[in-house]
Amino acid sequence: MKRFLALAPLLVLLSACRGEHQDIELRFWAMGRESEILEQLMPAFEREHPGVHVRVEQLPWTAAHAKLLTAVAGDSTPDLCQLGNTWVAELADLGALKALDGDLSRSDAVPATDYFPGIWRTNQIGTRQYGVPWYVDTRLLFYRKDILAAAGYASVPTDWAGFKVMLAKIRAQSHGERYGILLPLNEYEPILALALQSETPVLKEQGTRGNFSNPDFVAAFSYYISLFDDALAPPVTNSQISNVWNEFARGYFAFYITGPWNIGEFRRRLPPALAGHWGTAPLPGPHGPDASIAGGASLAVFKRTQHPAEAWALVEYLSRPAVQERFYALTGDLPARRSVWETGSVKDDPMTAAFREQLERVRPAPAVAEWEEIMTELRLMAEHVVRHELTPAEGAAELDRRADRMLAKRRELVHAGRLP
Amino acid sequence: MTRRWLGWLYAGPALLVLAIFFVVPVLAALLLSVTDYDLYAIASIHNLRFVGLRNYADLLSNPLFWQALWNTVYFVVVGVPLSLAASLGGAVLVHSKVARFKGFFRTAYFAPSITTVVAVAVIWRYLLHTRYGLINYLLSMLHIAPIDWLGDPHWSMPAIILFAVWKNFGYNLVILLAALGTIPADLYEAAELDGAGAFAQFRHITLPGIRGTLGFVGLLTMAGYFQLFAEPYVMTQGGPAQSTLSVLYLLYDEGFKWWNLGRASAVAFVLFLLMYATALLQHRWTREHRP
Amino acid sequence: MRRHTLLVNALLILTAGLTLFPLVWMVSVSLMPAGTSATYPPPLWPAHPTLANYTELWTHAGMARHLLNSLGLATVATALALTLNVAAGYAFAKLEFPGREAVAKALLAALVIPAQVAMLPLFLELKALGLVDTYAGVLVPSLAGIFSIFLVRQAALAIPHELIDAARMDGASEWTIFRRVALPLMRPMLVTLGVFAFLGSWNDFFWPLIVLNDSDRYTLPVALAALSREHVQDNELMMAGSVVTLVPVLALFLALQRHYLAGLMAGAVKG
Repeated sequence: MKRFLALAPLLVLLSACRGEHQDIELRFWAMGRESEILEQLMPAFEREHPGVHVRVEQLPWTAAHAKLLTAVAGDSTPDLCQLGNTWVAELADLGALKALDGDLSRSDAVPATDYFPGIWRTNQIGTRQYGVPWYVDTRLLFYRKDILAAAGYASVPTDWAGFKVMLAKIRAQSHGERYGILLPLNEYEPILALALQSETPVLKEQGTRGNFSNPDFVAAFSYYISLFDDALAPPVTNSQISNVWNEFARGYFAFYITGPWNIGEFRRRLPPALAGHWGTAPLPGPHGPDASIAGGASLAVFKRTQHPAEAWALVEYLSRPAVQERFYALTGDLPARRSVWETGSVKDDPMTAAFREQLERVRPAPAVAEWEEIMTELRLMAEHVVRHELTPAEGAAELDRRADRMLAKRRELVHAGRLP
Repeated sequence: MTRRWLGWLYAGPALLVLAIFFVVPVLAALLLSVTDYDLYAIASIHNLRFVGLRNYADLLSNPLFWQALWNTVYFVVVGVPLSLAASLGGAVLVHSKVARFKGFFRTAYFAPSITTVVAVAVIWRYLLHTRYGLINYLLSMLHIAPIDWLGDPHWSMPAIILFAVWKNFGYNLVILLAALGTIPADLYEAAELDGAGAFAQFRHITLPGIRGTLGFVGLLTMAGYFQLFAEPYVMTQGGPAQSTLSVLYLLYDEGFKWWNLGRASAVAFVLFLLMYATALLQHRWTREHRP
Repeated sequence: MRRHTLLVNALLILTAGLTLFPLVWMVSVSLMPAGTSATYPPPLWPAHPTLANYTELWTHAGMARHLLNSLGLATVATALALTLNVAAGYAFAKLEFPGREAVAKALLAALVIPAQVAMLPLFLELKALGLVDTYAGVLVPSLAGIFSIFLVRQAALAIPHELIDAARMDGASEWTIFRRVALPLMRPMLVTLGVFAFLGSWNDFFWPLIVLNDSDRYTLPVALAALSREHVQDNELMMAGSVVTLVPVLALFLALQRHYLAGLMAGAVKG
């Protein structure tokens, strides 16, 4: 009896720890390196929300899209996840995501006006908001300043024609040893970025038909292809390049269209001697500075979640300026909130200035569920055209045919009024 | 009574598992292949429609399918004979009277065949690297210009065949070795007395003696090669320019990447018919040529 | 004659070099510091051997976890497959039961259906059963195999009827006969089947790739494939991952190779 009494306070303490409600485990899917970093941000959140435990599960980027769809198909979605913002439409169309309008109107922690408008729009499907931008990303130029200077340029030309002349000079100076730019054949993003520099969208009729044959797209596509035709870009994929940073350091190519995560990777992976000899610049446009992809990742809550309140609390927490700043420091992922750009370390980094400029000009891709599949076709088609099996115009026409086929079901559903 | 049904008690569990997890899905696949089951249908079953044979018609009019079919047939038609020839050659070597350390060689040859495709594909991807790969380095010693093995659509399939031959070399070799062991040694001795050369012996004694096993091995190898997937998934991701996209890869993409389950099921049945027809042909051939 | 001997053995050694070199080189590259293998000419040996890649695999890529997953799944798959298939194969050979011949014929016919045909609906079925993204879901397709049932049946058929009849005369129960008479006689085949099942599960890629979502549950091949797509650049790390994936099966094979190869050769010649 005595022994039991001695234990009593301990028991009380234990039951107090459990609180009124049971412990909640939030399953949070994140991709690649972000998931590793997230683990470090979770203890603070868990301290603020006793009884809530966040389990961060990692998806590899290259398999993430297929895995997400598998989860939707298999009813094994987590509570919330990091979502490439071109995928928001797809998952929203499938009814997998919870609309966040209610939470947004009740909360002042996530003010829409503080976000880059092009990025914020990627999360809007129809009239509803299905995600909150977490970090932003766009594609632009990473380049070797020393090679540029050796070619006689002080800054990167901002229009397509001038840019190409410069690439040709770099190529000529190296006696064919060096390429001007790396455009990996396994990435569709460089083509898409160029295509988004026109007002004409690549899908028409409410995103139910392809519109690749429009002159603007064909012009962008032809420009892209011409870089290969003139031997300014090597016709290779990333896995053939093997180590992009080594090759960049060796000067195998002078320019590379990629995203902000590579700021950190370049700093870490390039030899110290190269520090100060590389930089970032906005994409050249048809007639001067123009748009690029509204990329990045959003935070989205799944409809099947049993803990919508806790999931939203986590979204709010990760959207806090202080947490965004910390996340930037840990990952180099650019903050989604513009106010964070005005302060501290983001502003101080010379490499981010080009991104800041480009982000104000980003354009979202069409929001349809079949987008990723269509982009895969774009990538494959580009490869065929690079290999001269088709002309750019023929490739664009074939893309329309394929897109129309992929969008057939969507077309029927839209006509039947089953989709917004 | 109990004795009469005892067999079901033994066989029952396995048969039940097969029924639930194999027979039912196969029948369901047949049903799926005449619907437009896709992500929209997964989201809401009201978006599911019966489409008859449209999936099959779509498939046959899809250039990508023909490319995948061509690639797979290429892989099978070139890969299987090469694979068999290499294994048979190896088996004859190991079986040779003058061969030393037979046990060691048998093990050494067999090792690649038990390895995980993904793991060894990683190695081969590097061996085949255009600029840093060992294979191109060896070729350069023979003054052959570097080949872009995995980047040139003309070389990607040969590269994968090379890899597959290496991987399957030992398995077939061991089975053929067993068959060689069943050929009576006095047959060779008699032939030698008759003055038959090594090649004549091979043709008139060895080949007929292992014909049955060769057919069996060929059938197994072919069935395996028709299911080409992991090699291109890891080494080329179906590229370059879809030159290593196989029928099974297409099925994976359609089914588990884009969740067009109706269309993917149609691919599955076409693959099945293809394998079945080939097996039938080969079976007939082996039977007709049986001595 | 001497030249012939020399030629045969030289060819044997050369071939062994071809089959083993990639595996040996894998180990060598896995010991090179990051980034040093991508040079020309390709290095054969690490100038400064290091275990850094393995440490990286363990600490960052969570390889220990995947290794455990693979080991656990392959072990359970082997045990279950052996139990189910051996019992069924034995029944088809030695126990008379109603419908036996009809079922055997049906199974033989089903042998030609490739597993991939069943996979799409199987996924939907597992979804209905709540088994997507679970270990059980991974195991399901490898539980019972028609091919394995027939292998066992073949081995059981070779057991003389007199032996079993004699045991029955002595009043032994069918279970005792199965355990004490049949199983010991089928042992070589069981080892082969066991190794076969283990390798099949360990090396399986397609199904776990589809059914598993949570990377904590990934098996080694799936984890390695994910890693190899994420880390195309890190050759040395990849090679270390390959070593970790291959060493257990190679060790198992070396330990049991005599039985395994014997069983394989015996089965093949009869078949």
